[in-house]
Amino acid sequence: MEPLSEVKDFLRIEKFPHIWCAGCGHGIILQSFLRAVIDAGIDKNDMVVVSGIGCSSRAVGYVDFDTLHTAHGRALPFATGIKMAKPELNVAILAGDGDIAAIGGNHFIHAARRNIDLTVVIFNNFNYGMTGGQSSPLTCLNAIAPTTPYGNIERPFDICSLAIAAGATYVARSTTYHALQLPELIANGIRHHGFSVIEVLTGCPTYYGKFNSLRSPSKMLEWQRDHSVNLKQYQMLSEDAKEGKFAIGLIHSAERPEYTDEYSKIIQKVQVVSQKEPR
Amino acid sequence: MSEIDKSSDPPKTSPKITIHEKWCKKCGICVAFCPKKVFDTDDFGLPLVNRPEQCIRCMLCVIRCPDFAVDVERAKEDPEKKVPPP
Repeated sequence: MEPLSEVKDFLRIEKFPHIWCAGCGHGIILQSFLRAVIDAGIDKNDMVVVSGIGCSSRAVGYVDFDTLHTAHGRALPFATGIKMAKPELNVAILAGDGDIAAIGGNHFIHAARRNIDLTVVIFNNFNYGMTGGQSSPLTCLNAIAPTTPYGNIERPFDICSLAIAAGATYVARSTTYHALQLPELIANGIRHHGFSVIEVLTGCPTYYGKFNSLRSPSKMLEWQRDHSVNLKQYQMLSEDAKEGKFAIGLIHSAERPEYTDEYSKIIQKVQVVSQKEPR
Repeated sequence: MSEIDKSSDPPKTSPKITIHEKWCKKCGICVAFCPKKVFDTDDFGLPLVNRPEQCIRCMLCVIRCPDFAVDVERAKEDPEKKVPPP
């Protein structure tokens, strides 16, 4: 494991301490992401990190890559643009559950459908932490939030299943409790040539924890430990036992033609045709 | 039961554990999840490194610190113990 000083080389130290609340898991994911970048052996200048709006999206302000802090939910369109213009760059998206599952849901499924070579790290803290903890499309069933004071009656998305159904070719899930496992999953996502999704369950002790009797940061991590199951064990569980549990680890991996590759093939094809038949 | 004589072994060095106090937000994650109970807290929740000799350098406090505030010095390789190249 790399020493912390090596990780700090990828941070904008002058911006620290960061704005996230005490015990917010976003910092743990950020460190794991940087360890993954080191692990994947990517040069600082070959990496672009894009984010939308929300607590999670503040992450790009702290990392020493080329970064974009874009409109709410629109991180994926901006990232797609960068990848199309310069396919040799590694483009990662750090986005929250609101960005990916709610306002940016459509961008998410279509980026997955195209199988464009992007790496999406979803910071799933189960609520809109920046605006007061309102329920999001990933808030657990029966969980309390300011907008669901009597319990959430909407079923949350299983964002990993959604990504697989939409056509993502690398899908993994982990939690901030499993921070030893997380960098490897993200690094493999960066290495994967295609659309990679890594969902990370993280704690929001300030809002989600406060409303759901998980007020202390360590309680939130314990909740993640108790509600996540290794994929193989998860598959052996009965349907009732699966309720409220999250399968963690590498969930799906496949090979399919990548979008920018196919696009460059089209360009070459059209150039050959137009050279043969000058107008 | 005869005791094993360890007097010839070099003294076990405890790793240097540092808390960046200006960055630490006193969330208590390092204290709660240290498998060797190396940390205590002061009256305000700041982690104190009270038992560094128990540290096994698992690095869990480092990677689970949301504020990049805990660092554990890596084990220094003993030059005498290095296996010479064949």
